[in-house]
Amino acid sequence: MTAAVAKSVPAKSTAHSIVEASPRAKAVASGLVILYAVITILPLLWIVATAFKSQSDAIAYPPKVIFEPTLEGYVNLFTVRTRQTPDFIAKLPPPETWYDKLVRQRDMVIAGPSKVVPRFVNSLIIGFGSTFLAVFLGTLAAYAFSRFRIPLADDLLFFILSTRIMPPVAVAIPIYLMYRQLNLTDTRLGMILLYTAVNVSLAVWLLKGFIDEIPREYEEAALVDGYTRLQALRKVVLPQAVTGIAATAIFCLIFSWNEYAFAVLLTSGEAQTMPPFIPFIIGEGGQDWPAVAAATTLFVVPIVLFTVLLRKHLLRGITFGAVRK
Amino acid sequence: MTTILQPDDATIAGMSEPARSRATRRVRGLSDRAIAWLFVAPTIALLLAINIFPLVWMIRLSFTSLNLSMSYLPLRFVGLDNFRDILTDEDVWFRLQTTAQFVIWSVALQVVIGYGLALLINRQFRGHSFWTTIILLPMMLSPAVVGNFWTLLLQPQIGPFNYVISLFTGVPPSSFSMTGQVALAPWTIVIVDTWMWAPYVMLICLAGLRSIPDYIYEAAEVDRASPWRQFWSITLPMTVPFLMLAVLFRAIENFKMFDMVNLLTSGGPGSTTELVSITLKRAAFEKWRTGYSSALAIILFVTVFGAANIYVKALNKVKQR
Repeated sequence: MTAAVAKSVPAKSTAHSIVEASPRAKAVASGLVILYAVITILPLLWIVATAFKSQSDAIAYPPKVIFEPTLEGYVNLFTVRTRQTPDFIAKLPPPETWYDKLVRQRDMVIAGPSKVVPRFVNSLIIGFGSTFLAVFLGTLAAYAFSRFRIPLADDLLFFILSTRIMPPVAVAIPIYLMYRQLNLTDTRLGMILLYTAVNVSLAVWLLKGFIDEIPREYEEAALVDGYTRLQALRKVVLPQAVTGIAATAIFCLIFSWNEYAFAVLLTSGEAQTMPPFIPFIIGEGGQDWPAVAAATTLFVVPIVLFTVLLRKHLLRGITFGAVRK
Repeated sequence: MTTILQPDDATIAGMSEPARSRATRRVRGLSDRAIAWLFVAPTIALLLAINIFPLVWMIRLSFTSLNLSMSYLPLRFVGLDNFRDILTDEDVWFRLQTTAQFVIWSVALQVVIGYGLALLINRQFRGHSFWTTIILLPMMLSPAVVGNFWTLLLQPQIGPFNYVISLFTGVPPSSFSMTGQVALAPWTIVIVDTWMWAPYVMLICLAGLRSIPDYIYEAAEVDRASPWRQFWSITLPMTVPFLMLAVLFRAIENFKMFDMVNLLTSGGPGSTTELVSITLKRAAFEKWRTGYSSALAIILFVTVFGAANIYVKALNKVKQR
């Protein structure tokens, strides 16, 4: 289906426009775009700011734009605390660290670390594990689809893509039953396999595009020189495809990092990643907003960096390689 | 192509003396066909195991009355009962309507905003690349995390959203709740989705605009075509395939929408924002009606697949013109 689209949308890259917009048109455009950009980024900035608010500032009315910054949100994110009487706290030995001190100011003592670090580690392991597998399998398959005549290649490629069209909640029903049988429920391995399966379709489609762009002549020359196929792949094609592989890997990583539906339905503790965890960071009486905001900030920072890194390949990634530029 | 069994690659890796004839190369390495299958097989195997096998299993389950909260009951085949129950259930049709409205409104808004932004950015003013990157950020975020933090922004009293609205309109900020009111909640999920995905449409449209060669505009200038005329006769028709592609991707994604809405409104208030994916999740993972929800999942899959196919045919027709 989308195979047709991939072929039918050739995006030409044209040089800088000769039919330039007038200075006035440019000024209007820049004004409107900057206005939109500022408005669209405000929600994110608000969250980053909320992470530095105290509990009471975070839920103040009217909402506070100017406030005294504190690291309470971050401390709360990483710790579990218990409320104590002021007498009890007064009798304790003096606080050893700045965060002990901060917590005691709120009549609490730190009872231990929170679950955020294990969840973060899960996100990292599952993210990198599935990305590595998906890119590895995807590179091999993409190379084969790009260079060899495979019977029913278009059908196979379409089949690989069609697995992406299923609603995740629908996929999760049989996966849940299957994983129960295989003891893979709430395991990192189970999540890695699942995310690999989802990512591999993107990897194959993107990498096929990247490998298609490497001239065959390079390999053919190497083959004539006596290289085997595998040597030619390793020494000629892969070095050429490095940028494409890196971009694909980042897309896979972002997907696994951000994924929620499978994570919330198939994990509960052991293998839980950040997205299902963040909404349930609660303090006394509801969500602990500064801590939630702190977690969100830490969670989003890598994504912002990746977006900047990926800027050139973004279009290709989000359209499964259908539009190239 | 030779298919004789070949020595494994490691033994011959060292010997790469140049100028061997093509014939000997074929005999030394694995045959191309063997490599092709070796490379494709793991991916296909993984997808068969994780996607197709469960899908087939689900089709089988959809004909049963399996309920996981009562799994001690023997598996009973009920034929097409589940499908009949779903298709005659008014509630399901309401959910589908809610979903359709969400898809139509959010995609329409994203197209208008995204296309508009693309037109503006295409004027290549100074710093446009930096601002474009800023605009793109929301769509890279985790939809679940987005849904979660927007609940803070939209809190009636403490959230900045209501406060800003009241600054402009004078309506007291605590007098309305974007996520809690029946009249507003459906618009809330549309607004947040648009905030997130308008950049997606923008990026694709921008590629479309940049694919139009300059000489067409130059010719139009020579013919003294007005900017308005140029837009309707050149810009729009030449970007329609890109626009349709963006609409296709967005419509499929929003039809499946679960994460963002589940965290923002979790289908409420009542069931005003209960998209069909949320219904499915409740049937499957809260009521544990596995047989019933398998049938619903299959109906959804067929719907989205069929709609996408029809749409792509239309897209190709536009392309050929």
